[in-house]
Amino acid sequence: MNKIAKLFVTFFSAITLALVSFTSSFAKVDGEYIVLGSAISLTGKYSSNGVHTQNGYNMAVDRINKMGGVEVQGKKYKFEIIYYDDESNPKRAAQLAERLIKQDGVHYMLGPYSSGLTKAIAPVTEKYKIPMVEANGASRSLFTKGYKYLFAVLSPANQYLEVAIDLAVEKNGGKPVKIAQAFEQDAFSQDVRLGILDAAKRTGSEIIIDDKLPKELNDMAATLAKVKAVKPDVLVVSGHTKGALTAIRQISEMKVDVPMLAMTHCDAAKLSKQHGKKSEFALCASQWHKNLSYKDKFFGSGKKYAKDFQKEFGYDPPYQSAESSAALLVFKDAFERANSFDRDAVRDALVDTEMQTFYGNIKFGPGGQNVAKPMILFQVRCKGDDCENRVVAPTKWASDKFYHPIPKWSERS
Amino acid sequence: MDFLIFKAPMLMVQASLDGILLGILFALIAYGMALQWGVMNIINIAQGDLVILGGYIAYTIYLWGIHPAWGVIISPIIMFFVGWGLYKLVINKVVDRDLFISILATFGIAIVFQQLMNFIFGADVVVAQSEYGTTMLFDNSVTLPNSKIFSAFISVLYAVALVIYMKKSRLGRAIRATAQNARAAKILGVDTEKVYAATFGINAALCGIAGALISITLTLHPYVGLPYTVRSFMIVIVAGLGNLPAVAVSGMGLGLFEEFADYILGTEFRIGAVFLLLVLILVYRRFKLSKKREYLK
Repeated sequence: MNKIAKLFVTFFSAITLALVSFTSSFAKVDGEYIVLGSAISLTGKYSSNGVHTQNGYNMAVDRINKMGGVEVQGKKYKFEIIYYDDESNPKRAAQLAERLIKQDGVHYMLGPYSSGLTKAIAPVTEKYKIPMVEANGASRSLFTKGYKYLFAVLSPANQYLEVAIDLAVEKNGGKPVKIAQAFEQDAFSQDVRLGILDAAKRTGSEIIIDDKLPKELNDMAATLAKVKAVKPDVLVVSGHTKGALTAIRQISEMKVDVPMLAMTHCDAAKLSKQHGKKSEFALCASQWHKNLSYKDKFFGSGKKYAKDFQKEFGYDPPYQSAESSAALLVFKDAFERANSFDRDAVRDALVDTEMQTFYGNIKFGPGGQNVAKPMILFQVRCKGDDCENRVVAPTKWASDKFYHPIPKWSERS
Repeated sequence: MDFLIFKAPMLMVQASLDGILLGILFALIAYGMALQWGVMNIINIAQGDLVILGGYIAYTIYLWGIHPAWGVIISPIIMFFVGWGLYKLVINKVVDRDLFISILATFGIAIVFQQLMNFIFGADVVVAQSEYGTTMLFDNSVTLPNSKIFSAFISVLYAVALVIYMKKSRLGRAIRATAQNARAAKILGVDTEKVYAATFGINAALCGIAGALISITLTLHPYVGLPYTVRSFMIVIVAGLGNLPAVAVSGMGLGLFEEFADYILGTEFRIGAVFLLLVLILVYRRFKLSKKREYLK
């Protein structure tokens, strides 16, 4: 071996050694930091909601650290998060979870964005017995697999629009209603569908159109033409932001008159901003709304949270950000109650969580889903061209009355 | 299976009109594909992504407060140069190679374009508002969005203009000559390199027009390009290269087929039905070719 080659070998071994010691210093608790890990979609098709999620996490980390951090065994710790970009790809997300746990030594995880990616990561965290608090996977199937280390601060997907059917029956004088529904074929939307099926069964309502929408949905004229022909009492659409935007565009263009229109993902789709008055009267399921009166000592109220978030990131927080911030509050609470960094102690503390945050009450059911917080429904209402989302159900939080039935297109200006 | 459509004749009318209007738009995209396939022997997998990029251009001018319909003029101009640049950067290196290489290259372009659009415009689904209103027929039981009628009209307008241009202009003649025999055209003084670049540019421009129309009729998202590629591929396969009337007819046929598949099989099988039809047609073509008597010249 000549001199230069030797030099190279020494150089590279030095770098490798440095890297090894560097990564191992990222242990679960590093000095005064509690290190959390998260694979999150910063590129790819979920990137906008991925960024909302990350912003929510970061906002809470800053706030908790600024307000004294987490106290465990009399010592103050701060939160720190290691992020990796999962490219909106479930396989990549699972790999990254493995990497966070095995290479970076992370012992506590925060969830990714979307049910699909959470589903990919959950088996990994379960295998290594890593507690994961997730805020963006609502699919019911996440909570029926018997996972012991998965905790979700949000309500499961089947609850999204159940309330809407109850509301329709109530408006129909307690009599069963005719439902037309169109759902995308993904885990989340199909769970929303199951919720509607349950509600229909419970109220004796009839489902007269039950369409499935494709992943690359951008035209649902056929479904809407059928809706026009059979005249249901309520139309339910769930197909993420594509579904919400396509539905409003085509309902307004085809002048489809339905007394009630219930959807998901209206705020993520910026429905009232993109479609303006055409989206008026749409009823939307949401995990959170800033006008709700929940409170905590870190963010104050929902309104205060929205204001601070706006100041920090320059836009109104969608519920994806709010629930992500709540996940950190849950972790802080669990660490303090466990008073230890032992994974199982933290996990047991998470099981016993019962708290109020600005985002809502949090208490985990046996499957890990949040059972203490109801879904809310808001309705898009416009004054001139200015549209906003107003909470109409459940009645306890409602700031406005539910407008029913939706006026016919011929009567709308 | 849902046979509601056969019980209500108005649904049939609605489906047919929707299908034809949409089919004309597909035909425009397919015409671009047929053109550059015929001239350069390249199957452009990035076709749909060029369409979406064109749509985003129209959406951008809409955000600036300009009516998105102007997109059908601005978008093709920008897209022509995008196409030209793409040719100079990538396509000219694969133009004489076998089909497989060009498919790989354009597939790569498609991925890069998707990620770039995602990066620049974000992953949100967006729509541009034309505020064109609706035409109602048969006592409001059949409704046609004027934006769809507008898009079909513009598509026909551009297609006719392009046919005339190809027949009359110098460049058009050069393109047709190159398509027939590139070597002979070169010997006779046609700058085939330039012709190729222009062809790819024209194709991109057609995609730009279609994209602008899609921004006001349907929705835009960085990752919805592929279905447009598949549709145009399918139309071209049925119609053959360089046969515009056939492209138009097969485009409308595909639109109708999709719309009826949607009503009868359900929306979830809409794109699936297109793929199935594609397989059937390819099998049929293979079968027909095998029956053809072959001889050595």
